[in-house]
Formats: sequence, structure tokens, C-alpha cells
Amino acid sequence: MKRIRAEILSVRRLGVYHTLTIVAPEVAERARPGQFLSVAMPPDRVFLLRRHFSIHQASRRGGWAGTLEFAVESQGSGTEWLAEARPHQFLDVIGPLGTAFAYPARLTNCLLVCEGRGGAPISFLAQELRARGKRVDMLIGGETQDHVFKPIEAKRIAQTIRVATADGSMGDRGSVADLLPEMVEATGAQVIYAAGPREMLRRVAGFCVERRIPSQVVVEERMACGMGQCFTCVVPVARKDGSGYDHLRACVEGPVFNPARILWDRWMGEVAEPAPTPPEGFPVVRSWPG
Amino acid sequence: MAGVKPAVVVDLAGVVCPLPVLAASGGLAPGGGATLVDLRRLGGVVTRGLTLGPRRGGPTPRMAETPAGLLSWTGLQNPGVERFLLEDLPRLEQAGVPVVVSIAGSSVEEFLRLVGLLQHRPAIVALEVYLGAPDEERGRGRPFAARLDRAVEVVGAVARMSRLPVFAKLPYLEPDLVETARACVRAGAHGLTMIDGVPGLAVDADRLRPELASPIGLLSGPAIKPIALAAVHRVAQELPDVPIMGVGGVATGRDAVEFLLAGAWAVQVGTAMLVDPAAPVEIARGILAYLKEKQLESPAALRGRLRPPRGAP
Ligand SMILES: Cc1cc2nc3c(=O)[nH]c(=O)nc-3n(C[C@H](O)[C@H](O)[C@H](O)COP(=O)(O)OP(=O)(O)OC[C@H]3O[C@@H](n4cnc5c(N)ncnc54)[C@H](O)[C@@H]3O)c2cc1C
Ligand SMILES: Cc1cc2nc3c(=O)[nH]c(=O)nc-3n(C[C@H](O)[C@H](O)[C@H](O)COP(=O)(O)O)c2cc1C
Ligand code: FES
Repeated sequence: MKRIRAEILSVRRLGVYHTLTIVAPEVAERARPGQFLSVAMPPDRVFLLRRHFSIHQASRRGGWAGTLEFAVESQGSGTEWLAEARPHQFLDVIGPLGTAFAYPARLTNCLLVCEGRGGAPISFLAQELRARGKRVDMLIGGETQDHVFKPIEAKRIAQTIRVATADGSMGDRGSVADLLPEMVEATGAQVIYAAGPREMLRRVAGFCVERRIPSQVVVEERMACGMGQCFTCVVPVARKDGSGYDHLRACVEGPVFNPARILWDRWMGEVAEPAPTPPEGFPVVRSWPG
Repeated sequence: MAGVKPAVVVDLAGVVCPLPVLAASGGLAPGGGATLVDLRRLGGVVTRGLTLGPRRGGPTPRMAETPAGLLSWTGLQNPGVERFLLEDLPRLEQAGVPVVVSIAGSSVEEFLRLVGLLQHRPAIVALEVYLGAPDEERGRGRPFAARLDRAVEVVGAVARMSRLPVFAKLPYLEPDLVETARACVRAGAHGLTMIDGVPGLAVDADRLRPELASPIGLLSGPAIKPIALAAVHRVAQELPDVPIMGVGGVATGRDAVEFLLAGAWAVQVGTAMLVDPAAPVEIARGILAYLKEKQLESPAALRGRLRPPRGAP
């Protein structure tokens, strides 16, 4: 983990995303697919916390050596500010953060599944798997065709790809999860990787458990610090020995998890549990401060 | 101009910190972002609130950002005191930084058992009693601080048993802040840490839901600085001999100086460390620059030096 002042080399618009390329040799050297970086907000703003983005590309060799790329989807104050960033501006960046995808040692056929901005870490992974001689097939999607992340690049890297959008504007109408059975059949997938919205990841998890296919997913949870200090970003994960579950930090123990061990119902707020005592109940203000 | 070389060591009536800026409880955890800061350049580290056994804490979402603030509540997730002693404390000891352990029992007995396990480690220079912890014994989950008798009971019991100096960590309380602070000191508290986060609610109007699962969280960061300053100022005026650690929205050296002027003896930094783990180092540097500029020899020279207000703009 390094903290650096990184210059923006370029900002490109791709559908609903802005991809930023920054000069960050110390981070690029170490970055692996699945890991993320955090970007500080300008100090004079009313929003203070860092924003977190999956690493989409880390170039160690060639003309782009020492650069990193990440993709921003405007969601709110921080991402909107970043989408308007300009070349030669400097960003305060910390990375690489979190865990990375593991590469299979013997198994060869990998199916990569993503929706929306989940395409950013997945396409980085696709290249690294190809560089290790693995077969890569991809299922990519999003709400509309503008949300489908770099489909042309996916086509170039993957043996085969299938696309699905919620509105049917590109590929099949629906979720990429609908296409899992066919795609596994067609490609002989032995390992599945996924990134994207929780609902889709949950379906991938269910499918992989049922078919006993090893898998890994990148999750998103709201993060205040992104480096293990605040414990706001936790995910309920079953213990290996089956003795219950732990709240693991998505920024340190994740964001890559084995989806079979995530307690999806609980994480998605569908388990009614006795809420912990909220920090309320201080005496009401009765007198004016004086 | 004759150069005064200010000293930065602060003496909290016996608890000596090499610098007047400490990591607040919840601001730093060993590993992770802590590797981005040289811990020897902190005045000390206050640990996250510890309980006897491990606590998993509540469900997510646990945070939301509000204007100049962080609203959060983890439900006191922590590894429990045993794992802290085994894994976290050795790392802090190795770094050679003074450690203040925050204890967050849910009953008087739990507090006392925590004290028993913590007092024989040389790196630990003080205990901080987290009075924002839910009182499950008598308070139906309301914080100890919400009832004067319970706050006094727990602080008194801890202070009687502890060989280490005890700081009571207080939220902003109306109208009983000064009274509670005084009662804690009478019960044996060596000093006070003020303030804890301020209760708050964030609402997602699109989804008609609260932003946090708890759903009320504690607000921290620059948004609460004036509230924390008011607390420090009011208590320091009444109890000038009691060491106060000021906390709440400190992000710059200037903020820290404001706390010292209001009567704090040292400051703690929470939220700003979540953005930049090395923030306390910069803040300490800022204090030093201010002291030089004003030709003062130590942070103590600033304490409570706030002048009476004047009419002019
Ligand atoms: C591991 C990881 C990888 C991510 N990768 C990408 C990516 O490649 N591209 C991309 O566009 N976005 C990515 N995100 C999501 C991105 O971090 C949020 O969309 C962003 O923080 C929202 O900030 P905002 O100011 O626009 O929104 P606001 O709603 O104003 O944010 C308010 C606060 O909540 C936090 N927050 C809100 N939503 C999220 C979220 N989904 N995840 C984490 N923190 C959140 C923010 O950090 C901020 O502190 C990723 C998140 C995680 C955890
Ligand atoms: C994520 C987080 C966790 C915290 N955990 C604790 C805790 O366990 N015990 C405690 O006494 N205070 C805790 N606090 C409160 C801080 O120590 C501090 O009182 C408060 O955040 C105000 O200071 P700040 O504005 O510098 O953050 C926590 C704060 C945050 C943001
Ligand atoms: S975001 Fe702070 S611990 Fe993960």
C-alpha cells in the first residue's frame, strides 16, 4: 500500500463511464486484478472521505509503463467531481488496496461474468488469465448498452462472449445470470469469476454452489476509509469450520471473496435480526448552550 | 527576532505524550492504513473500544457521508481484549508509541474485568472509559453517559481498581455536561476526553429509508467541531486543573490550536485519520508553526488563552 500524488494523463468517456489514466508507478508495479485504489477529494469540499475504484489496468511494461487506469461511474458528489477531472491535474491516491483474485493452478477454462462497472476489474483479470495461458470466456452486461463496459475489448480478449442488458438494447434482454447455464455448457467453464451488483452476484453464488464450481467475486460495500481502520465496510462471511460467521472488512479481507461463504440473505438485509443498540438516547437539549 | 524553540511534549498531569496529537479511538487499527504513518510521530494511540469477548457489530450499511461529516455506527465491532493483547498491542509496543486503551463494557463487571486484563503492560499509559457504550445492565441499552449515576458508578469502579490513570470519554450532554464531567472527576477520573460523535440520522428520500442500518449513527468530522469546542470550553472553565483531550473534527493544525485555546491539553484525531493516516503528524507540525509564530514555548502556553469576546466585528 502506497500513497502518492498521481498526475492524470488522460480522461476518456466510454458510455456512462469516464476512464482515468494516472501516473502511479509504485502502485502499478504491485497492482493485481480485484484490488482497488482510493482517491482523496479536494480538501476544500464539504465531502471529505476518499472514493474507491477497482483497478482496471496496470501497465508494467511498454510505453505506458507505470500507469494505472480506473473507471468512474457518476453516482454522487465525489464521482461527479472525478468525472470532471482534467489531464495534468494531480490526485491523492492510495493503492493497491484489498485482496486480489487467485489464479487457478491446473484448471484452464475460466468464465468471467460482469455487469456495469464490474467490467473494470473483470477485464483486467481477463488479460492476466490469458497471459497465463487460460481459456477466457465472458458474460457481460448492464442496464443499457451504455452501461456495458468495453464490449469490443472483451471480444478481443475472450474466446467467446455473450451480452445481456436489462432493457435489451444490446445482446439478450435480462441479466447475465440468466445466461450462466448455457454459457457453462458451451464453454466447459471450470472456474467462475464475477463482479457487479449484489443481486447478480448472489445468483452467480447460488449457481456455483449448486454446480460445485469454484468461484470468486468482487463485492462493493460502503467504505469510509478503505484501509482497514473504520470497520464500516463489513460483509458477513461464514467461518470455514461452520461455527457461525464473521463480519470481514471488504477493504482488507476483501473485496475478493468466495461467494459460497457470503451470507447473502443477511448481507442484503433480508434477515430480521435483533438490531444492535443504536447510539441514541442522549438527553434532549433542554437548555440553550451557555 | 529571537527564536523561541517550542517544545511539543505534553504532560497530562502525569501522562506524558511526546506530541499533543493522538489518534482517537476508532481512527487507527494496526495494519492497513497504519502502515502509511510512522507511529512514533504520534502523541499516542487510543485503541478502538474493547469489550471482553469479540463483538461482530451490527449489519451494514454502517456509514454515510453528510456535509463535512461522517455518520457511522459499527455496533462496537472489535476483536475482544484477548486478541487485542495477543495481536494488536505487540505491534503498538514495537512501534514504541504510548497506548491508551479504550474500554467499552456493557456492565460495570465487564469494565472491571477489562481493567484487570490491561493494567500490567508497560506500553499502556492510560485507560479511556467509553461512556457512549450501551449500558445493558441497568440502562436498557442506553449509553452509560445518559445517566449521571451510571456514569459515576462505572468511572468510580474503574478508577478504584485501575493502577493506570483513567480518562472518561464524554459525549456532548445538555444540560448536564459540566455536572457529569465534575462527577466523573470526583469519582476518580484523572482526565476527560471530549467529545464522542453526535447522534444523527441520514435519510435516503428516494428509497424512503434511513441510510444506516442502525439507523441512528454518530456524526464525526469537521461538522461537529464547534460542538466539541463548546464542550471543551465549558468544562475547562469550570475544571481548569483537569487534563482534557479535545476531539471532534480536528483536521488541521489550526483546528488543534482552537481546541488548545478553548482549554484542551491535547487533541485526538479520528475521522481525519480515515482520510489520511498521517494527519496527526501534519496537525502537530501546524501547532508547532503556530507556537513559533506567536513566540510561545509549548502547547500548554496556549491552554485556555481564549480572550473574552468583544463587540467589534
Ligand atoms: C471495492 C470497490 C470497488 C469499486 N469500484 C468502482 C469502480 O471501478 N468504478 C466506480 O465507478 N465505482 C466503484 N466503486 C463504487 C464507488 O466507490 C462509489 O460509487 C463511490 O464511492 C460513490 O461516491 P459518490 O461521492 O459519487 O457517492 P455518494 O453517494 O455521495 O457517496 C457517499 C459516501 O458513501 C460511500 N459510498 C457510496 N457508495 C459506495 C459504494 N458502492 N462503494 C463504496 N463506497 C460507497 C462513498 O465512499 C462516500 O464516502 C467501488 C466500490 C468498492 C467498494
Ligand atoms: C468509525 C469510527 C469508530 C469509532 N469508534 C469509537 C470507539 O470505539 N470508542 C470511542 O470512544 N470513540 C469512537 N469513535 C469516536 C471518535 O473517537 C471521536 O470521538 C469522534 O469521531 C469525533 O472525532 P473526529 O471528528 O476527529 O472523528 C469512533 C469514530 C469513528 C468515525
Ligand atoms: S472501509 Fe474502513 S475498514 Fe474498510
